[in-house]
Amino acid sequence: MTPLAVSLDVFGSLDFWIGVGLLAATYGIFTLGLQLNVGYTGVINFGQAGFMAIGAYTMAILVVEAEISFWLALPASIIVAMAAGLIIGLPSLRLRADYFAIVTIAFAEIIRYTAVNARELTGGSQGIGGFDGAFLDLSDLMLDGLDSFGLGDQFLLPLLIVAVVVFGLLTVGMYFLQRSPWGRVLRAIREDEDAARALGKNAFAYKLQSISIAAALGAVAGWFLALNLAFISPTQFDPLFTFLGYAVLILGGLANYFGVVLGAIILWTLLEGLRLMDLPLDASQTAALRYVLVGLVLIGLMAFRPQGMLGKRQEMVLGD
Amino acid sequence: MEAAEAGAVENQQGRLAGLGASASLSPPVVAALIVAAIAVALIVTQGLQPFGQTTVNGLISASYFALGAVGLTLVYGTLKLVNFAHGDLLTLGAYVAFVANVSLGLPILVAVLCSVAGVAAFGVATERAIWRPMRAKGAGLLQLLIMTLGLAFVIRYSIQLFAGTQPRSLEVDVTSSTSFLGLTIGQTQLIVVLVGFAVLLAVGAALRFTSLGKQMRALSDNFELAEVAGINTDRVVLATWIFAAGLAGLAGVLYTSAIGNMTPNLGFFLLLSLFAAVILGGIGNAYGALAGGVLLGLTQEWSTLLIDARWKLAVGFLVLILVLVVRPQGLFGRQERAL
Repeated sequence: MTPLAVSLDVFGSLDFWIGVGLLAATYGIFTLGLQLNVGYTGVINFGQAGFMAIGAYTMAILVVEAEISFWLALPASIIVAMAAGLIIGLPSLRLRADYFAIVTIAFAEIIRYTAVNARELTGGSQGIGGFDGAFLDLSDLMLDGLDSFGLGDQFLLPLLIVAVVVFGLLTVGMYFLQRSPWGRVLRAIREDEDAARALGKNAFAYKLQSISIAAALGAVAGWFLALNLAFISPTQFDPLFTFLGYAVLILGGLANYFGVVLGAIILWTLLEGLRLMDLPLDASQTAALRYVLVGLVLIGLMAFRPQGMLGKRQEMVLGD
Repeated sequence: MEAAEAGAVENQQGRLAGLGASASLSPPVVAALIVAAIAVALIVTQGLQPFGQTTVNGLISASYFALGAVGLTLVYGTLKLVNFAHGDLLTLGAYVAFVANVSLGLPILVAVLCSVAGVAAFGVATERAIWRPMRAKGAGLLQLLIMTLGLAFVIRYSIQLFAGTQPRSLEVDVTSSTSFLGLTIGQTQLIVVLVGFAVLLAVGAALRFTSLGKQMRALSDNFELAEVAGINTDRVVLATWIFAAGLAGLAGVLYTSAIGNMTPNLGFFLLLSLFAAVILGGIGNAYGALAGGVLLGLTQEWSTLLIDARWKLAVGFLVLILVLVVRPQGLFGRQERAL
């Protein structure tokens, strides 16, 4: 084989697909929140990585510093993230869509700087680990069961199973929530906020609820990110990841939760495939190449197919 | 000494009292009074020397904040484009200067000119290849926003692909420094401040007095009205891009020279500060962005007198959020708070 040949072997390995599945499920859950905000409410949330950070750090700090049970820390982290959603939404949801986008990204950056700087609590750039003991017990139980299928040595398989089940349940749950009267009001607000208000709907309260639920979904994504690496540090919550969420969202299509599933699988297969393919580039160049492609995909889709793969063009009303 | 401090306190109280009585004063005047009051309070509590030193540091960042912000605000005002790729134009400027100055060995002055011209040309190319066709299609806010994100990715990571992530430096003198009145400033930083503020004044004068500058502001104020008034909008839009991108290139070089190195992330790192400056001054308002940049630079550096310097960026973002929440039209914008 010549040194320049690109090896595609990686696509045949189980490790690769477990890795892709975990990332797709994690960022899929993350993007369900963006879909709710952007696709169904017409609110441009650029701070989703901040909510993910709040979820992951709250869980980790409660377990490691406060020595609270892992299973109690999970719901607690959701509550903290939802409260953060309310706090950031209350003053800023009245702003224009583009201003709201800027406020939310500034909020996410403040969260990230806090994670870097509040070293006593967050471990600073070093990060925190050692919060996943309770999950590993469950994981070991599942591995015993998987052993009978000859999969007992796939260390991350139990986490993948849990993540995929949670992602699936949340996707279906969000789908039915969207078909409820509540979901219809959200779409009415997206289409014409004044008309919804004229019908006596408190548009502001609905938008707040939308942001809080997105924050909760971000927090759940944060758990899986944390469990996947058994460790969290501020760089995992760079605004870059919010924008990758937008790539998933746009690829799959706006205003369609199943589009999120499709988008997440396609994007992460591509990104991880590029990372692990035997390209004649060093690690930083491969990372760069991945994101150049993400950028080109975003530009191309927005120019030629803004509704993505499964979205409907008439549902894109963020026109003004 | 005590008398002087008492005098300063009195002075500060006088200003604060004046503030309360001045409901009819224009917002910029109120802002100036608040800044003056904060300055006096900091001098009294922290001493003159630390205050002077942080002010000098603040003016250094003010120079590249203001130059970066003015382009961002003009592009927004003229095209209603919230350009998330604007920060990466600064990065592009820094790396063009690096190629000219270090790889090709050209003098730094020539490198700066290359960088301004190169980034301006890039701005024009994106206008022709992306933004004009998208305007013709009637693209919506979200579509354009995400395209600027995509473009930001393409610029930043193309640079990383070719230049790598290791920090690079221009061939400027970053070690020697000058002292005056007990304040220290690096020699290159002094040049950065002088160049920055000279260009800033020139930009302000060009917008104020030249026909093209007036047309740019007119478009930024009300595109349709300007078009009806007979302004050749196509020409002015191109000029706006040349102006905005060229200044972004210069700001990138100034930032790199003042800080001492560049990485492919520098522009994105600066972008939120630029947004803060733009919003502080009222989005779309060119003078506002210049003033907002100076205010933001001072605020960030002054904050280091009170809290750890690690937090100074977060302070900038907090200012951004506070301004949007309290006065979304900015210090210089008009009351037209859209819901």
